[in-house]
Amino acid sequence: MNTPLATKFYRPQYDRSFSFASKLLRVNWLFVLACCALAGIGYAALYSAAGGHGQPYATPQIERFFASLLLMIAIAMIDIRIIAKCAWLLYGLGIVLLIAVWKFGHVGLGAKRWLDVGGVHVQPSELMKLFLALALASWFQRATHERVGNPLFLIPPVLAILVPAALILKEPNLGTAVITMAIGGSVLLGAGVRWWKFAIVIGLVAIIAPYAYSHLHGYQKERILTFLHPGRDPLGAGYNIIQSKIALGSGGMWGQGFLHGTQNQLNFLPEKQTDFVFTIIAEEFGFAGSIVLLGVLFSMVMMAIYTALRCRHQFGRLAALGIATNLFLYCFVNLAMVMGLIPVGGVPLPLVSYGGSALTAVMLGFGVLMSIHVHRDVEFAVSEE
Amino acid sequence: MKRERELRPIFSRRALLLGGAQLAAFGALGVRLYRMQVLQHGKYATLAKQNSVNERLLAPLRGLITDRHGVILAGNKQHWRALFMMVQAHDPAAVIERFAALVSLSDSERQRIARDIAGKPRYVPVLLKDYLDWSDMARIEVNATDLPGVFVDVGASRVYPMGDAMSHTIGYVARPTPAQAVQNPVFALPGMRVGRAGVERARDDALRGEPGIVQTEVNAHGTVVRVLDRDNGTQGATVQLTIDAGLQSLAAQKLAGQAGAAVMLDATNGAILAMSSQPGFDPTLFDAGVPEAVWRRWMADPRRPLNDRATGGLYAPGSTFKPNVAMAALECGAITPSTRFFCPGYLKLGNHTFYCWRHQGHGSIDVVGALQQSCDVFFYHTALVTGIDRIAAMGRKLGLIGPLPLDLPGVSQGFLPTRQWARDRRLVWTKGNTVIQGIGQGYTQVTPLGLATMTARIATGRAVGPHIAGAIGDVVQPGNGPDDWPSLGFDMRNLAAVRQGMFDVVNTQLGTGYASRLTLPGVFMAGKTGTAQVHDLSQAQEKANYDDANLPWKFRPNAFFIAFAPTDVPRFAVAVAVEHGNEGASVSAPIAQALMTAALTRTLTPAAPGTIQSAPQAVISEAGPA
Repeated sequence: MNTPLATKFYRPQYDRSFSFASKLLRVNWLFVLACCALAGIGYAALYSAAGGHGQPYATPQIERFFASLLLMIAIAMIDIRIIAKCAWLLYGLGIVLLIAVWKFGHVGLGAKRWLDVGGVHVQPSELMKLFLALALASWFQRATHERVGNPLFLIPPVLAILVPAALILKEPNLGTAVITMAIGGSVLLGAGVRWWKFAIVIGLVAIIAPYAYSHLHGYQKERILTFLHPGRDPLGAGYNIIQSKIALGSGGMWGQGFLHGTQNQLNFLPEKQTDFVFTIIAEEFGFAGSIVLLGVLFSMVMMAIYTALRCRHQFGRLAALGIATNLFLYCFVNLAMVMGLIPVGGVPLPLVSYGGSALTAVMLGFGVLMSIHVHRDVEFAVSEE
Repeated sequence: MKRERELRPIFSRRALLLGGAQLAAFGALGVRLYRMQVLQHGKYATLAKQNSVNERLLAPLRGLITDRHGVILAGNKQHWRALFMMVQAHDPAAVIERFAALVSLSDSERQRIARDIAGKPRYVPVLLKDYLDWSDMARIEVNATDLPGVFVDVGASRVYPMGDAMSHTIGYVARPTPAQAVQNPVFALPGMRVGRAGVERARDDALRGEPGIVQTEVNAHGTVVRVLDRDNGTQGATVQLTIDAGLQSLAAQKLAGQAGAAVMLDATNGAILAMSSQPGFDPTLFDAGVPEAVWRRWMADPRRPLNDRATGGLYAPGSTFKPNVAMAALECGAITPSTRFFCPGYLKLGNHTFYCWRHQGHGSIDVVGALQQSCDVFFYHTALVTGIDRIAAMGRKLGLIGPLPLDLPGVSQGFLPTRQWARDRRLVWTKGNTVIQGIGQGYTQVTPLGLATMTARIATGRAVGPHIAGAIGDVVQPGNGPDDWPSLGFDMRNLAAVRQGMFDVVNTQLGTGYASRLTLPGVFMAGKTGTAQVHDLSQAQEKANYDDANLPWKFRPNAFFIAFAPTDVPRFAVAVAVEHGNEGASVSAPIAQALMTAALTRTLTPAAPGTIQSAPQAVISEAGPA
């Protein structure tokens, strides 16, 4: 059944036409350009956050971005089938790292999320989201429609989602745990799992949620309560949300001008260089600037879904969908949080917020996405049933 | 490929559906932004303008600590610091150069300033120099026009006029730890201090006060235009101690050069009149951070100046333990005041010989004589007939070992062995162990505070507890009244015998403390000497009545003396411990004598000068001999 073209790519290592140069040409450079645009916006915001200084945020961040960009291109050159083979290995590594963080992690802001590996901070929950998408894609890679319909076949992938989610919840990091489960769900959805099965799971969650709420950490309950009534403690947990809304609203249509946002420059928002970085852009560049940023982010999500649609193998499709969902949830949760639509959750804005660990994790995911895009037409060795 | 034909359309449909949902979500965000940024811009712009009124919390002034007469033991000194607002200067580096020409800056200070200027946001003031003196201030003010952005700000630092005379008792303050700052936002304020030891720590809550608030109008560049409102907050409460600054200084002065401690109690209620541990340290140094060289010197000092010997030092008390043994034996009926034991100068037990300090022996002797001449053999016998459990129980009853109700942190409770303790440790408890227990050696471990408490309880027969807080604010603390402490219920004949023995120690020529008797007409002191070996002598050395004065310092015995006075109506109790002082009678007793004489005659040296703020009226009436 193989077409001549597919035959050509059957064993690309023997095919000189699929050279390094041709791989480079197949990279989605528009996507890379969008990454650079995002990092550029981030540079401006961080430069402004430091009151018009490259230090201590903007310069180190842009240096880390370029290093990660090289890493992303390098991963894009790796054959996607090699990545697919390593998927479960990577998943296992992610689980080991999560257990390590649980046992010996660094405590930051009341939660153990960080691991110190040779002086470099690693946040395993960020890596786990990517590894989970790859592992699930690998599981469904060669499954037929009938097998996907078999409930027993779905037990291992559901467990593969719940184990890391439970470990992340234990850190405790409610936001990332929910995002991890959503990514897993999106891969299952793309793989063709029936709608009514999702309906059952969502129904179960709705029943369990009130019970789980009573077991949440004090600070997590606090966040949810603060979200419901931001005015009830103006200088406490609700303070950030109120100040962030003022920053957004005072930006107006065209903004107060670069380095002239009073909320930002007068330091009414603590730690604005991380989760609340969007407020700087919204205040200083107004609605116009915000919409441009939203547009760049949305175009990247759409390009990731395009890669998934365009891909000729199930592994690439599902992994790309998982990565797209991850990017979407990152952006949506962060922006909705800053706008006061959902509780404050500790989720950064990808490539814009200050912080090296999240940046590297996001770019690793983009590297895999680009590898899928480059190898969108390769064929996996499939044993047809 | 059937699989591909089936699954790909499903995937595409669902991926497009997800994409559509994401488009809708982004659209919702865009609509929300449009509402907030364009439609409701006016409302939020007003709120942002109101934000230009900046509220800043101010660290409250810490409460004073005074002695019983209102003499300040811990006060606050205003200090000035130079801050620099970068946004107000066109050329910050030139301003710093001109500033350095006026006020000397060390290399490390210059480096820190350069780091702050490069790293801090422009609208946050940079500290140029802390602890400015008057001449620095004057030079900065005169040259103000050359120093745009430089301004002088007031802070408060803690001062301790008594210096190292009562360092351990008063404690010290230091910057809060980051964990504390997270726990309580007040601790995050610049200039905030918390008590880390002694009274400063024990009464931190009362001393802390309520933070103030300053409202400033800030312009668009973050510069303070004017101060709208300023509330300096509430200073912490004044903590008045039971300490008498004069007695405290005297105790420290008499102990100077030694490693030891002296504790003087009001025997009627347990109020601590003086409690000094030497060598001490200057607690003022902790406020700004102890300089590294000083810290190294403290760490290297073999006499360990940071250790509080008065409440934390554990010693074998030697013969000062004998009143406890005597009380235990008399109260349980093992001996009576007329019981006599024969002292040939030694006690043979199995194949071990326990010597009396007087090798020629004391002959037939009763409890009064045995206390007077500190006969060891009498107490060997007494310990054997009483048993260690009763001795330990009496130690607890007399407050020699804890738990004591002292209102200070870091108090050692002391230790007396019991049979149960020995069984738990699987120790074979022999008669020999009990014998040396009788003269306060072996496992016995007590603090000078414990000794003072025991002395006060023997002197008054009441269960007085040591305490240091007299009044906090206007509230007199419990325990300071004469009837706050119940009677111990001892048989008065037994108490009389022990008191008589202690009277004879000081006031008869045979007594071991005769040289340190009071020279005041008609006023007598009772006491007990103690000399405790800190290393084992060989049998041969012991037989030869080895001269301890020839030993190296660290092997010399510890010297103790306990005393109460006046003997007719006891009012003061003292315990003195001098590490490696050689002999209680010749080293510790004179210190006790000096303290007693001062307390009884009230010719106290004036307290150290340095009253920083007006002292409140003394709440407790002056102490004096009854």
